[in-house]
Amino acid sequence: MTAIAWQRRRATASRFWADFRSHRSALVGLGILLFFGLVAVFASVLADPAGLDVTKATAPAHAAPSGDHWLGTDQNGRSVLTLLIHGTRVSLIVGLAATAIAIVIGTVIGIMAGFYGGWARSTLMGLTDWFLVIPFLPLAIVMATVLGASLLNIIIVIGVTSWPGTARLVCAQTLSVRERPYMERARALGGGDWHQMTRHILPNVMPLVLAHVVLTVSVAILSETTLSFLGLGDPTRPSWGYILDNAYGTGAMSNGEWWFVLPPGLCVVAVVLAFTLVGRALEAVLNPRLREGS
Amino acid sequence: MSLLELRDLSVTYAGDVPAVRGVSLSVAPGEVLGVAGESGCGKSTITNAVLRLLPKSATVGGSVLLDGEDVHGMSFGRLRAVRWATASIVFQGALHSLNAVRTIGRQIAEPILLHEPKTSRKAADLRVGELLEQVGLPARRARDYPHQLSGGQRQRVMIALALACRPRLVIADEPTTALDVMVQAQVLQLLSGLVKDLGLALVLISHDLSVLGTTCDRVAVMYAGKVVEEGPASVVFDDSRHPYSGALAGAFPRVGDPRFRYAPAGLAGDPPYPGDLPAGCPFHPRCPVAFDRCSEAEVELLDVGAGRRAACLRAGEAS
Amino acid sequence: MSALAARGVHVRFGAARAVDGVDLEIGSGEIVALVGESGCGKSSLARALLGLVRPVRGTVECADRPLDYRRLKEFRRHVQLVLQDPSGSLNPRHTVYEAVAEGLRIHKVPGDERELVAAALSKAGLRPPERFFLRYPHELSGGQRQRVVIAGALVLEPDVLVADEPVSSLDASVRGEILALLLRLRTELGLSLLVVTHDLGLAWNIADRVAVMYLGRIVETGDTARVLTSPRHPYTKALLSVVPEIARQDPIVLKGEAPDPSRIPAGCRFRPRCPAYAAGLPAELAERCEKETLPVLPADRGHHAACVLP
Repeated sequence: MTAIAWQRRRATASRFWADFRSHRSALVGLGILLFFGLVAVFASVLADPAGLDVTKATAPAHAAPSGDHWLGTDQNGRSVLTLLIHGTRVSLIVGLAATAIAIVIGTVIGIMAGFYGGWARSTLMGLTDWFLVIPFLPLAIVMATVLGASLLNIIIVIGVTSWPGTARLVCAQTLSVRERPYMERARALGGGDWHQMTRHILPNVMPLVLAHVVLTVSVAILSETTLSFLGLGDPTRPSWGYILDNAYGTGAMSNGEWWFVLPPGLCVVAVVLAFTLVGRALEAVLNPRLREGS
Repeated sequence: MSLLELRDLSVTYAGDVPAVRGVSLSVAPGEVLGVAGESGCGKSTITNAVLRLLPKSATVGGSVLLDGEDVHGMSFGRLRAVRWATASIVFQGALHSLNAVRTIGRQIAEPILLHEPKTSRKAADLRVGELLEQVGLPARRARDYPHQLSGGQRQRVMIALALACRPRLVIADEPTTALDVMVQAQVLQLLSGLVKDLGLALVLISHDLSVLGTTCDRVAVMYAGKVVEEGPASVVFDDSRHPYSGALAGAFPRVGDPRFRYAPAGLAGDPPYPGDLPAGCPFHPRCPVAFDRCSEAEVELLDVGAGRRAACLRAGEAS
Repeated sequence: MSALAARGVHVRFGAARAVDGVDLEIGSGEIVALVGESGCGKSSLARALLGLVRPVRGTVECADRPLDYRRLKEFRRHVQLVLQDPSGSLNPRHTVYEAVAEGLRIHKVPGDERELVAAALSKAGLRPPERFFLRYPHELSGGQRQRVVIAGALVLEPDVLVADEPVSSLDASVRGEILALLLRLRTELGLSLLVVTHDLGLAWNIADRVAVMYLGRIVETGDTARVLTSPRHPYTKALLSVVPEIARQDPIVLKGEAPDPSRIPAGCRFRPRCPAYAAGLPAELAERCEKETLPVLPADRGHHAACVLP
């Protein structure tokens, strides 16, 4: 039977791929993501990590692009390209890890709130709304300051501030799934709360969450850039935001050193755009309600 | 002369899905024609074909004559005049067909004002009150919103809405599905009364042959896009010549009839998908009395007695 | 012995007295039809009997023992549910196999899961079962889906099946087959069955006994043949008279719809719509209609009607 089961799964996957492929913008996004993913994975091969060490930098500071340094150098004489390549890794790690935290918190709270209803829902959704209305930046700045500047802390800060959207979405979907007759059937079969939540609600909520994940990642990357730009990032792990912060701090912007400012900025825009494109397409493919409309 | 006449009507949806395959039917004023059949048999497609409400991708063959005029040859302006004023539809699902944020009076007045723009506000309100009373609701309910009405009352409003422009033909598509037996009886009583009082021609579409048997003069039973049996309502129900109509009649048994006690009647299998019909008589895979010739060629409607026709090779045999 | 019984059951939703004192017994191997209009409380009573709703008063008994709400899971193996809309009662993301195996997994039933699932599917008339294992609900017809739901209930080997309008959303020609299946389950497995329906024809088709419910109470109960051929309560008479048929007496079409269960009239609850009362009764009888609160009908096998008329 497992053979047939796998065959079916393959068929489902290929159907999904065919649907997904019909969104041309999504393919562009996927291509961009694939490129940055490869850069992140092979960062150390593409550029020697030693180039990140300020003490080992030998090139002149603020140098324009040349044969040796394709994108010029920063205020310490490090190659901007090296920083950019290693920054890709940091930015992506922060984006994905923070999203994972946000999604777990958001899904758990959303399902609990939607499933139990009553005071559980008022409390949990109250908390969600509270997080939703607090301006993100001040909260994140305070948290980052208190926790201290490290990569892990940045991830935690972004993770615990970006779950409310997911929680609302999951709660709404849970409320609608909860009323389906198969939930009553599951109760009549003897299924407890845990069974109902994991076997019935979660699989029906997951597709929406998956599409939302991708959108959350782009927001998380943007947040990381913002925090790093404000000087709250980890100084030992350069990210795109960190490069921008340095560029701004050393007057690169006013001196017209475009090679210092433009590449990290474009990278952020490209990745955020790519994630958004893929996310929109996933939403259209996985959410049957949107599909009916098309 | 008949008010509505379908001549060899066929409708094929995109993707080569034949929903209706050559149907000829007619209704005269003061007559009630029942169309029976299950999901996918093409009965709702016929409704939409009469008022040309089909999607653009559908191909229509044959003709739909409304008062002798071919609906599918009309200009769009003429069509708009005909919709509602000559023929109107009572759709199923009264809750979803009414606008939740407008009073029912305003909704009933809308087609009146659209078709007779010179009507004064007051005259329209008067007519709305008249219509509501005609369907058994007090005129003051015109100020109510749909959610303030029960399911049966909403269905009455739908009927009033269909009558708004004094049509001569009304098509009711499953008007009593999802209603309780008692409310169903109320609605059927109302429809029969309207036919008698206003001389309407009524086409009643339902999956419940027993409902049609009590309300209609004549019944056409559809299967896989074709009429398989046609005749006076009571005889089709009581003494059906096509095994499919027999099965439909048996699905809603006569309470008190010992033949049905502990003996629910049904057919094996499911109605076929219109895009993938079996060869020969499309009913033969489910037919309890099929024999080898049934799978060879499709059977046309044969005369089987006074005003009765059936598309079955064994229709001549007494049941 | 009764397989499942309600004793003086009251169910409330806020102010609405959905079930307002009901005694009902389903004997072992018996098929009982619970008949009434929407809003009469028949579904609430069924849910109380399934332990899905807890009655505010009265008890539910399973095999003559009161239902212990702390040990519901054990009770679930005895009483199973079949819902009206088979397309809604199957999770669209579960295959047929998963849907049927769900009960086995919840109760950690020992034995070969695959074999048990296959056996349940064949009992429900899906043969060969292996062909259906990996199908998704949307790939099945309405009748097949309802068979999957029935198989999912049968796999736990229950004694009682509660079916809420089991065929009302199916195609007419498919209904008979599902009803025949329910009858066969009774003869082959000795299953007891409570069928909740608004369709008297269905009751005539398969039920041994009928209970007619109106506004939270059972107003007439008894052997199906007796109740449906010589009804005693005016409500049953009216219901029967509107079943569409060809040759029949004039229909008694009641005015209005089933009233609000949060405002049950005093005296006989059917009086405001009762054609017999409206036609005029002797003063002394009419007074009893207006004032007298009728007792809850007993749950025995006799023919009873909650009406002051003889």
